[in-house]
Amino acid sequence: MDNVISRYRNVTALVLVLGAQLLLLAYQVKRQQELTPMRVWAVTGFMPVARLLGFTRYYTIGAVERFANLTSAQSDNARLQVDLDRLKLENQFLKNQLSTADRGRALAMFQATSPHRLLAARVVGSSTAPGSRVLFLDRGRNNGVMKGMAVITPDGIAGRITSAQPSGSQLVLLTDMNFAAGVISEKGRVMGIAKGQGHASVLVDYVQNDDKVDLDEMFYTSGDDWIFPKGLPVGKVKVSRRGRGLFKEIFIDPTGLQRGLENVLILLEGVHQSVPPGVAVPAAGAEGGPAEPTSRIAPPLSPDTAQSAAGGGRQLPIDADQILNKYDQIGKSRGQRLGAGTAPDFSAVPPPPAPKQPKP
Amino acid sequence: MTDFSDQIMGARRSPRIWRFRSLLWIPIPIVAIFFQVYSPMFLGYLSFLEAPLLVTVFFALTRREPISGLLAGCAIGLLQDAFSHNPIGMFGIAKSLVGYLAGSLSQRVDVDNLVIRFMAGFVFYFFHQFLYWALASALLSQKLAMDPVQTVVLSVLNALVAVPLFAALDKL
Repeated sequence: MDNVISRYRNVTALVLVLGAQLLLLAYQVKRQQELTPMRVWAVTGFMPVARLLGFTRYYTIGAVERFANLTSAQSDNARLQVDLDRLKLENQFLKNQLSTADRGRALAMFQATSPHRLLAARVVGSSTAPGSRVLFLDRGRNNGVMKGMAVITPDGIAGRITSAQPSGSQLVLLTDMNFAAGVISEKGRVMGIAKGQGHASVLVDYVQNDDKVDLDEMFYTSGDDWIFPKGLPVGKVKVSRRGRGLFKEIFIDPTGLQRGLENVLILLEGVHQSVPPGVAVPAAGAEGGPAEPTSRIAPPLSPDTAQSAAGGGRQLPIDADQILNKYDQIGKSRGQRLGAGTAPDFSAVPPPPAPKQPKP
Repeated sequence: MTDFSDQIMGARRSPRIWRFRSLLWIPIPIVAIFFQVYSPMFLGYLSFLEAPLLVTVFFALTRREPISGLLAGCAIGLLQDAFSHNPIGMFGIAKSLVGYLAGSLSQRVDVDNLVIRFMAGFVFYFFHQFLYWALASALLSQKLAMDPVQTVVLSVLNALVAVPLFAALDKL
């Protein structure tokens, strides 16, 4: 027996070692247990060495690596700075492209849906006069532009044409000190005159101290200036306080200029197309200068006129006009006249309008 | 026999006496294990190196005794298992077999020959990887990836490292 073992000593040792390890493995797999102490000893013994290795590495190879990184950081920084500058320029270019496309699309949509007859124009320059807020447009008399025409954007009014040449025209912005337009507030229907001040804000003058104007309230054109049709946005109230004299101090932020001015719309024909009777239009050349055609639109229709226009004219009556029209119809159906005698029953349903007889 | 075969088989040379000092039996495997644990973190390009296996092969070849190789492989493998996530014994079995076979081979060939050392490094690395894969599949039901081409390439790389490493360890 001893002879056999000594003869196969190596194989026996191999079988024993492998068998022992297989049993060890089987034990761990079968019991789902690990030989935790062995791992703990190994890791515990390894940690000080690992810390020492880490410490050594940090102050030897790590120092060299950090120094190498430091030297390469300068060149990296310069390269990245160049890349950053290039990307900034590209970003600015793309932003401009996108903004131009958006503005063009908005103008086209507004032009298609607006009841006015509009002419798109591009701003091609600005006046050289110091402090003035006058721009040059690429559309002029050849395109039907006349002095006094209103210039708007989809966000609100922009100004008016002060001079129309054959190939171009001058636009004075509503922030210019020579600009004025009639305005009306959104909530209280307070009327005033918007006057440019030479800076970003526009003063709304001639509003009584007793009138109520809230902050962030919108002002719209009132149409009283015969230039801007009624109802166009002018600006949002930024400051509203009691003035020293009779009138409040109201400053508005013009909404039409908020997105910059590259493209504008010239109002060739507003909703009030015809000159109302009784309004004297100055004759051409009456002011003494060269004969330059001037555009003016009629002021908003009176209630009586609005009543007739509400049936299908191009006038767009406001809510008060519609209510007045309704009450007037109720009164007429009962033989009453508004303002005389007893008040009619305003809760009654007005009679339907009589169908129009076709003309022979 | 030709001169080359005589040289390979060591027929005309007396077996080389083991010059490895006993004190180095402990620190060198530990260093190899630590290298295996530490290198993937900071020396990722050397992670292909199976340092404990190469040390096992070197011990087995220089001792020229299968049992010594077997015990060396068993000890190094179990220590390596302690740092792995698998049950203890996987590397132990694989390296025990490698050590035993390397020790048996060293009794028949001249292990000082560079070609033999290269071939030993190549064959034993491939065998070790295959054995570990087979054990993991059979005993632990683990489906490890075994790409033969990649394993061959890694075997060559380890064999290339083994030749100078063995020469350096010879000097100790």
